[in-house]
Amino acid sequence: MSDTISATAELNLPKDLAAAKGMVNVEIDGIWHQFPKGTRMIEACRQAGTFVPHYCYHPKLSSPGNCRMCLVQMGMPPRPAPGQEPQRDDTGYEPIGWIPRPVIACANTISENMGIRTSGEVVEKCREGVMEFLLINHPLDCPICDQAGECLLQENSVEHGRGVSRFVDMKVKKPKNVDIGPRIRLDDERCILCSRCIRFMDEVAGDPVLGFTQRGTHTTLTVHPDRLLDSNYSLNTADLCPVGALTSNDFRFQMRVWFLKETPTIDVNCGSGTNITVWARGNKIHRITPRRNDEVNSCWMPDSHRLNFHYIDSDARLTEPLARSGGVSPAVFSPIPWPETLKTAAAKLKTIAPENIAIIASARMTNEELFLTRSLAAALGTGSLSLVPRFAEADALLVAADRNPNTLGAKLILETEDPFATLDSIREGVRSGAIKALIVLGEDLITDAGFLFADLANLDFLLQSHILANPTALAAHWVLPAAAFAEKRGSMVNLSGRLQRLNRAVELPGQARDDWEILRDLTLAVTEETNVARHHIEDVFKSIAEAIPAFTGLTLSKIGHHGTQIAATDYQIPLLANERARKAAGLING
Amino acid sequence: MAVIKLQRPKLNFGEKIYFGALIKGFFLTMTHAVKSLRGKSAGADSLASSGLGVTMQFPEQRWDEHLPEYYRGAPTLVTDEQGRERCVSCQLCEFICPPKAIKITPGEIPSDDPWAKVEKRPKEFDIDMIRCIYCGMCEEVCPEQAIFLRKDYLITGLKRADMVHDKDKLYQIGGVRTGLVNKWNELK
Repeated sequence: MSDTISATAELNLPKDLAAAKGMVNVEIDGIWHQFPKGTRMIEACRQAGTFVPHYCYHPKLSSPGNCRMCLVQMGMPPRPAPGQEPQRDDTGYEPIGWIPRPVIACANTISENMGIRTSGEVVEKCREGVMEFLLINHPLDCPICDQAGECLLQENSVEHGRGVSRFVDMKVKKPKNVDIGPRIRLDDERCILCSRCIRFMDEVAGDPVLGFTQRGTHTTLTVHPDRLLDSNYSLNTADLCPVGALTSNDFRFQMRVWFLKETPTIDVNCGSGTNITVWARGNKIHRITPRRNDEVNSCWMPDSHRLNFHYIDSDARLTEPLARSGGVSPAVFSPIPWPETLKTAAAKLKTIAPENIAIIASARMTNEELFLTRSLAAALGTGSLSLVPRFAEADALLVAADRNPNTLGAKLILETEDPFATLDSIREGVRSGAIKALIVLGEDLITDAGFLFADLANLDFLLQSHILANPTALAAHWVLPAAAFAEKRGSMVNLSGRLQRLNRAVELPGQARDDWEILRDLTLAVTEETNVARHHIEDVFKSIAEAIPAFTGLTLSKIGHHGTQIAATDYQIPLLANERARKAAGLING
Repeated sequence: MAVIKLQRPKLNFGEKIYFGALIKGFFLTMTHAVKSLRGKSAGADSLASSGLGVTMQFPEQRWDEHLPEYYRGAPTLVTDEQGRERCVSCQLCEFICPPKAIKITPGEIPSDDPWAKVEKRPKEFDIDMIRCIYCGMCEEVCPEQAIFLRKDYLITGLKRADMVHDKDKLYQIGGVRTGLVNKWNELK
């Protein structure tokens, strides 16, 4: 009789219900949860909303378990004697027998009916002990350390530290302020030997130049004697470093991190559309760090993209609209107010026949700006609209061959397969004199599009809007100051078809204006329309959502900080392919 | 809420016309005036009176030697016995400063400097004395014992720019301070 009952009852046991879904039951701090098989304990705790302090663990890297900070208490059901049925309580779980010694949460995987305690006396004592050992040789140069404010040693000291040192002996001396690469500075005394940087360079960047030498308390992080840490991904090690051992040369002593305001936005240096955080104080950008997005860039970004922001507040920045008041070489420019600029430019444009006008825009513009460019072209009645292609070599991780961030967006908005197609014919037209007026948006034709100064000097009308003063501007009749990527809102579509959002981190300098506003007002000036229909960038996006099928039903706020997939392409970001393979192999968790 | 009814004091006719109180006040004032003219005001000695009442004749006479130990005057930067500028520009004072009077531009110490191991020092250090409220939080927060409130209280200027103490001025007022913890010693 009892056999039949237990046979039916067992089908409803939590372990069977979970196993049917490929999950296991784990009790974390007294509450039962279900997690996929193979999840690490630390990841299960995180998903259950319990943070386990750690240094060496990173979801995108393998787990060597060498910092010992994530020690927790673990329990399993006692193994029944041969022939004995396991005991179960009313809810169908077996009682947990707690193991007296702690285990590390980062390198152990969960199993059925496991119990985890992330607090309690054993765990607290362990954390305090680990913290005390980690701080034994710590130089305590927080006042001069760039990591101060975002240092895990500081954070965990507050939570689990003693406050005073019991260590009376001499601290071990290690090399400080070591130059290990063009962009990274190493301070070995601050290093807690978590090996995150070593694993990153080995597993993700594929350039294993870092390693440990010496033994015991003298263990030292070093770079291979014949090499430098000069990979294009080296600055990710500074982000990864939980302490101030690896710091960025570019950000060195620039600003303390607690003054900086974080703005989530995207990178515009290539078609991958890396998600980034812009760190600014007041109106100055101090650094850029990658922002996690498992569909785009994981947690990483290339140094070349990360450091390409200093031009934003450089001396070459345009801050007021300029009109040429005389001369060709050298040209003389004088500042004029915005309304007058647009009015005179539009008046001049209207004296030129539509077939003699061409527009060269940029695939670095946002969807909204491209949409308004299309409206401008329609208002002028010209069909000559081209973007400037920008191709270079791709790397095997994140840098795409297409260095324009919004090529796919341009294809969708302009509804053309090749938005660069007419560039050559426009160039020919300018040379032969068939094109008399040229509107250049966000591009430097002489440097990037193969135009010559002599070509442009013959034009009757050349209007350029750009962020920086450049050779093309010298030939222009009007030069309009525009917004840099960190100064505007808008959206772009990356090469894998993901619609992502730019956010404003800093204000525009001087009288510079948002590109979309320049385009709107220029179009209004051309059509002599007085009714301003679009007051916000959201209004422009609304028009896009109505006009372009791929954007239907979306708004700027619906895009979210991690983007929305709007198109299917066969482009694969190589970094993600590597990462997914390592995840499938069980090497990493994230 | 409990309502408490207050009974107004009952005043007699003399009090109602308040003339008596006026006379009383007048005599009190006159008593002090006479005492003051005879140089016998209470506390005139301890307050270093100039002879008339307890008033000190500023600026001919100064309060300086009477300033208490804890007096909080202008914040300044100090150097130590080794001649090292103690500030490492950690910017904690800039962060804590309630009126945002402090502005620091951090910089790196070049490798040929005798104190190269300190790595960091302020390139510029400005305290806007129009903003400063002399609260002393910068001194309290400093982890390097580099900023101290001195007894200087006469901060004047003809222009706003004059009222901003730059790094040179701050070290000039601050001077050398001895007996501080030498954190950057030979063991460091």
